[in-house]
Amino acid sequence: MSNPNINWAAIDTNPKFQALHRKKTVFLWGLMIFSVIYYFMLPIGAAYYQDLFKTKVWGVINVGILFALSEFVVAWTIAFVYSRKANAEFDAMAQEIINDVNNGSIR
Amino acid sequence: MSSKLNKFILSAAALSSSGAAFAGNGAVADEFKWMTFTVFGVIIAITMAITFWAARTTHSTSEFYAAGRSVSGIQNGWAIAGDYLSAASFLGIAGLISLYGYDGFMYSVGWLVAYITVLLVIAEPCRNIGKYTMGDILAFRNDPKKTKTVAALSTITVSTFYLTAQMVGGGVLIKTLIGIDYEISVIGVGILMLAYVVFGGMKATTWVQITKAVLLVTASIILVILVWSPYGFSLPDYLQAVVSDPDVQKQVTKLLGDKATTMTPEELGQRFLEPGLFLKNPIDQISLGMALVLGTAGMPHILMRFFTVPTAQAARTSVIWAMGIIGGFYVLTLFLGTGAAMLVGSEKIASVDAGGNMAGPLLAQFLGGGENSMLGNFFLAFVAAVAFATIVAVVAGLVLAAASAMAHDIYVGVIRGDKATPKEQVVAARVASVIVGIIAITVGILAKGQNVAHLVALAFAVAASSNLPAVFLTLYWKKCNTTGIILGMVVGSLTAIGLVMVSPNMSYPKAIIASANKVLNGEPAQPAKEAQPAIQASSFACELFALEGCVASKPAQAASAEKPAKLGAAEKLTKLNEKVTTLEASIPTLSADVAALEKAQADLAKAKKDIAATEKARAKAEDDLKKFEGETTSIMGLEKPFFLLKNPGLISIPLGFLLVILGSMFTRDKRAEEMWDELYVRQNTGINAEAASAH
Repeated sequence: MSNPNINWAAIDTNPKFQALHRKKTVFLWGLMIFSVIYYFMLPIGAAYYQDLFKTKVWGVINVGILFALSEFVVAWTIAFVYSRKANAEFDAMAQEIINDVNNGSIR
Repeated sequence: MSSKLNKFILSAAALSSSGAAFAGNGAVADEFKWMTFTVFGVIIAITMAITFWAARTTHSTSEFYAAGRSVSGIQNGWAIAGDYLSAASFLGIAGLISLYGYDGFMYSVGWLVAYITVLLVIAEPCRNIGKYTMGDILAFRNDPKKTKTVAALSTITVSTFYLTAQMVGGGVLIKTLIGIDYEISVIGVGILMLAYVVFGGMKATTWVQITKAVLLVTASIILVILVWSPYGFSLPDYLQAVVSDPDVQKQVTKLLGDKATTMTPEELGQRFLEPGLFLKNPIDQISLGMALVLGTAGMPHILMRFFTVPTAQAARTSVIWAMGIIGGFYVLTLFLGTGAAMLVGSEKIASVDAGGNMAGPLLAQFLGGGENSMLGNFFLAFVAAVAFATIVAVVAGLVLAAASAMAHDIYVGVIRGDKATPKEQVVAARVASVIVGIIAITVGILAKGQNVAHLVALAFAVAASSNLPAVFLTLYWKKCNTTGIILGMVVGSLTAIGLVMVSPNMSYPKAIIASANKVLNGEPAQPAKEAQPAIQASSFACELFALEGCVASKPAQAASAEKPAKLGAAEKLTKLNEKVTTLEASIPTLSADVAALEKAQADLAKAKKDIAATEKARAKAEDDLKKFEGETTSIMGLEKPFFLLKNPGLISIPLGFLLVILGSMFTRDKRAEEMWDELYVRQNTGINAEAASAH
């Protein structure tokens, strides 16, 4: 399995790898930044927008509770979105590169 | 406020302050102890069977550290959840919700969001690059000996902090539940955990975690069904019941103090579902949030889990499962916490343990039929046994992480220059586990009764300020090199530790002595105060540090009525005792008047309870006075905190990143740059990743 003769620089400059790298970078950073912003909205909202958080919307349930619950839903959604994208797209792209390396088209 | 905040992260640690009051017996009544021990025995027997089974296939280093990389994604997801649902989050968050409502629930969110970082940036690259430890990842394109040394030191530091908090918390927890002596509990936890690790390695540790996580989640689901079903599983109806509950309203009245006088009962109940009863400093919360979101991904026992699966895809699957289980569990905790507040009552929960850690176990007892019922005590025994298994399993994971750093990074990597034979490596791993285990037991016993609340916060802060910047930048930034990593890790962790040492987490004798004196000698009357507007800190730095010339920020104060003087403990006791005597004398004369008799009996019960509480407070105050006699400063020589936040992350995390970047920019490391292509291609494709061992 271990192959010491792999030309890593050649793979790195290969257009297929570059495409994978670009796609992954944009996608991962996008999700990461979104999730961090969404998360920190909770303590900030609870501290500085208390009137909004206290607004009752469904029986005794207020915006604050719904927002906290939405944090869970958003975290799960991010996990789901990422895994779908990675399973469908990134894995296939990586596999193609591995195949190219194994059959000698990248060296 | 400081004493309340002391219960912040920790939970496990909060137990330490209250455990002493519960000496001798525990939450389980003597006649039901046999049941608790039976359940404990069954769970220990199951874990021992797992260890025996795992030991037969644990011979090589890969098997010992990484379970032969044969754990499936789903299994690893459950094991990660098991590692994470430590006593702190399982007992602690339910407790916080039962005492403070909304804020406790909000607090749980960060612990889940942390896994997004793990999923998106850490899990898969680490699986593709790493072998057994964080040191392997850092050594990939840097000077192996230097980076492995720093990585191992950081791993051992983080693990030891976390371990100590778990050991102390565990010892006190077991004492509170069933009354076993603290030292015996700590030694018991230590020996069991060593048995899992030394004989069964990662495989046993993983399966013990899985078993425990399944038991924990099952128990929680059953409790939530029992709590929620009377309301037809309707969320608004259930929360309406919480809001209308007199116990909940009473708890809010207690928390709000003067402000509660103008509120109606419904408003008081509703306040339980609103923010601000517990978490009062948003900057501190953001600081904690940063430490959680970035620290989890740098926790060595979590990182290590990704070496146990066969592929990066399986690592991905495991995080997804872990997020589902952990998140689902925290949603269940909302019901456990509010259910306990409503059914058991916050007052009772806090009387058993001031940090609220007993909320879950007490709720279980109530739902099974109460204190004197068979089923109630069986439920309590079951939850207690799961809590015990939790501590043992989490400690096992931490010991394995610390031992791998010691044996694989330091001994094999640095001392033997990677030339140890496979057999020697396994022996080193087992010897290191025993050493770490003995250290854990010793530290656990030495730290008895110590304030360890800051240690969990500190473990996450060091992981986020030292481990994460180094791992992240070596994986994603070409110019990152050895100098940067060493500089960032050393400064990042020392800053985090240093700031905590001068933070409100530490014990400040002056404040403790002052409050103890208040209890003993009473307080003078206070005149009525007018409402005060909020005061802004004079600058942002003043929010963080007690600098000279700073005006500290203060929230707005409502107008308060005149307060009468408070009696000292001795006078209060005399008065209460007189009351008891009068009431006891009056009861025989009241036999004709049923209503008056009932009232007198209720008053008597209340007076006796007050006496017990006052005596407890007096004993604690006297203890404190004795403990801090003649001292005026904390161990750092401060009279009051210099750093005003409980969590150092806000400063130490950016500093850790900055120094890795600066150190790398001002030095050149040819090897680090040459190896970049290989590292980057490998982490993205998995070419040449460590394969699963064949059986």
